[in-house]
Amino acid sequence: MIDVNKKNNNAISYIILTIVSLLSVFPLYWMAVSATNKSVDVTRGTLIPGLAFIDNVKQLFVVQAVGTAMANSFKYAIILTVLSLFICSLAGYGFEIYHDKGKDLVMSIILLSMMVPFVAILIPLFQMISAAHLLNTTAGFILPSISTPLLILLFRQSARSFPRDIIEAARIDGLKDYEIFFRMFIPTQRSTYAAALTITFMAAWNSYLWPTVIMSDEKSLTMPMLISNLIQGYVTDYGVLMVGVLLCTLPTVIIFFVLQKNFAEGITGAIK
Amino acid sequence: MSKSKRIKLNKKQSINGWIFLAPATLMIVMLSFVPMVRALILSFQKGTGAKLSWTGVNNYVRMFSDNVFMQSLLNNFIYLLIQVPIMLILALILAAMLNNKSLKFKGLFRTAIFLPCATSLVSYAIVFRTLFSNNGLVNYFLIKLGILETGYSFLTHTTSARIIIIIALIWRWTGYNMVFYLAGLQNIDYSIYEAARIDGASTVQIFRKITVPLLKPIILLTAIMSTNGTLQLFDESVNLTFGGPANTTITMSHYIYNTSFKYVPKFGYAAAMSYLILVLVAILAFIQMRVGDRRE
Repeated sequence: MIDVNKKNNNAISYIILTIVSLLSVFPLYWMAVSATNKSVDVTRGTLIPGLAFIDNVKQLFVVQAVGTAMANSFKYAIILTVLSLFICSLAGYGFEIYHDKGKDLVMSIILLSMMVPFVAILIPLFQMISAAHLLNTTAGFILPSISTPLLILLFRQSARSFPRDIIEAARIDGLKDYEIFFRMFIPTQRSTYAAALTITFMAAWNSYLWPTVIMSDEKSLTMPMLISNLIQGYVTDYGVLMVGVLLCTLPTVIIFFVLQKNFAEGITGAIK
Repeated sequence: MSKSKRIKLNKKQSINGWIFLAPATLMIVMLSFVPMVRALILSFQKGTGAKLSWTGVNNYVRMFSDNVFMQSLLNNFIYLLIQVPIMLILALILAAMLNNKSLKFKGLFRTAIFLPCATSLVSYAIVFRTLFSNNGLVNYFLIKLGILETGYSFLTHTTSARIIIIIALIWRWTGYNMVFYLAGLQNIDYSIYEAARIDGASTVQIFRKITVPLLKPIILLTAIMSTNGTLQLFDESVNLTFGGPANTTITMSHYIYNTSFKYVPKFGYAAAMSYLILVLVAILAFIQMRVGDRRE
């Protein structure tokens, strides 16, 4: 009786999960397939790969500065990720290993900033970046997102399981505090850094509102801005449009597949 | 080690600790708290550039007679009240299904459902815009199946445009929330489920009486995060519907952006509107936490 029940339940689960999985993957599959088809074929509902990919790519490079946007997006995202991981892991380690009443209080104040909607600080941030002559620069792009409460929380969490005995032993051996951090903490926290890398890189690559506000120069365009320009310009060539969307999606999807487990741990890790 | 030396060392270590956390803390203060205060001051001012003058609460009063802003406020609440519950319930059901030890291909299902999270907001907004365009794939199949005679213009009709934004949001974020629930379910002893099943509890009973109550703190967290995110929607409004038709799908962030950077910049007024979002986020989070506590 129980077994029959279980089998029926599993059958329902399989059906629902299969349908939801297909629906989840389909728009991405369709995007990739459309990038290889002519615009007419896209509107004719073609669902199999075609031969127009190279032509679409060429056409996209003619109408938009794809090379610049790709280079910019990678540059901004990589620099932001490296700095963010360094600064936030430093802080997370500091908040946990040296914690006392004062530092715990500072931490809880920092956490409050998680609830502040970005749009609520958008205008003063724009004014500050503009006053510092950082419009259209990498520094302007990365400054507001280098230090985030989420990453500090994530690293504080991972520092919690870093054995204190080792720190004491290292101190007795004459290691300086910063040496303990660089030589012992960083090398042992690979999975936390990987998790932090995925969330930070994806957020940086995908960020749209902030670059739209501060990047007015054609030369500092990012990929999301570029594909947004494509569609705002009422481009009707769907094949070309989907090549742009594909190029904008591919880097994060690759990171997702390579570091999927770390990504899941990253977004949920800070809450445990 | 003498006592005075130990105190000295502790003090030195405490200072070292402050050095570790100083860069990140200063950046959050400078780039989050300072702008917050400046936005509040700005919201009581009018004019642009150096020619700012005080205007009291005028900016706040003005919002309520601004039809487009009231429309955007309504839109955000429509998305919030319809999309968030559907998405969270769906994510919960999927997580409960995937938490079944006798199920095969779990990893495959999880990856597929989680995959939309890897796409940028602008990308998926454009994909959905194209799918639902007049000569898009959805219309193509509806005509092929004989449901429609000619393509329906989904994006120029208010109701269908809103529904498409909601569908797109559900597609993008369900897997994200599901991952939180799966992480939470891992902390629940699986033998509870086996015991309930042996006692003859149905799947629905197990879901309602075990899964949901035990996941309550995480459900609360995802509800607060989703509320926060939904009140700040921007990319989808800009790229999926362009806020249209006639601003009936525009979000608050989109309108604030237009007010500040697209038309003649009105920073003071935009700051006041953005402060309303801040207050709404805070109030809704507070209510959700109170409701979350009460059911104990």
